[in-house]
Amino acid sequence: MSRLIRMDRSGHTTVAEWTAEDPASTEEAVAAFRAELDQGYFALVSHGAGSAEQVHELPLDADLVILRRPIAGG
Amino acid sequence: MPISSSCADRSPGDSALTSFEAAAPACGGAALPELANVRWRTRADERGLRRAGRLWTLSTAAHAVPFVLAAVVLAAASPILLPFAVLCLVHAWGIPELYAARGARVAKPAGGARGRPERVALGLLGDLVDHRARDLHGRTRLMLEPGRLGVWLVGEAGALLVRPGGRRVHCYCVKATDPSLPPSDRLAHLLLALRTDEIGFATVANLAFSGASWRVRRRVARPAREALAVAVRDARGL
Repeated sequence: MSRLIRMDRSGHTTVAEWTAEDPASTEEAVAAFRAELDQGYFALVSHGAGSAEQVHELPLDADLVILRRPIAGG
Repeated sequence: MPISSSCADRSPGDSALTSFEAAAPACGGAALPELANVRWRTRADERGLRRAGRLWTLSTAAHAVPFVLAAVVLAAASPILLPFAVLCLVHAWGIPELYAARGARVAKPAGGARGRPERVALGLLGDLVDHRARDLHGRTRLMLEPGRLGVWLVGEAGALLVRPGGRRVHCYCVKATDPSLPPSDRLAHLLLALRTDEIGFATVANLAFSGASWRVRRRVARPAREALAVAVRDARGL
């Protein structure tokens, strides 16, 4: 089961879960993913130490996709 | 100070203008989207970081040397002026220390609730890093992250970059824009942005201080000293 999570005030919230074998869950996840991006979130997949990839389409084969807010110089 | 820490100090007409589109990371991945908000900045690179370090050293010397010279002249002029000479020496020592203290502040933990949301955020953060980094974060609240520019220590409201060799530290003021996030989520935001585009991260962040690691070490809180010592040790091996 793959997960789309959003970092927020609750720690994090699971926005969607899907499996590649279940087209309905995939469609829901893609719709949820787009809605979050429209809200100003950035989506990325962490590949372990030193590497993460920003994604603009939901990578259906990823185990975990994380949504984050922008950062800025303080 | 040589490097501006304020966006207001630079303008879109700056000759060092770098287009966001041309700012893709060297590894070929996507550029940090936040670069669009600082289009006027020159993209950070090895040469730029070395130059920034030299300028900070020059600036420190420019602050300290006149006071030291004044102290020597006063002391030589008359013994009665010795207290003023001592005062000059205190200034010569104190001004660079104040800048170092400003830099060290980026390693301070951010405020915020440490209840259930923080425990949830901490769980996610722990999943993103290896055992060694997780352990160090547990003790110091700073996350160790090796990079191409050096060894990073990412905190909740900023990051320290220990340059290869371990002698110089750049202190960056940078934070997640959502103030409602629990502290570990703020750190995770910075860590993931750093992993996405290290050069972009160093460009977006504001350089608060660059100087000797010993100077920063003296100004950070005790737990952060341990993290800095580990980062310096790792950086010596780069």
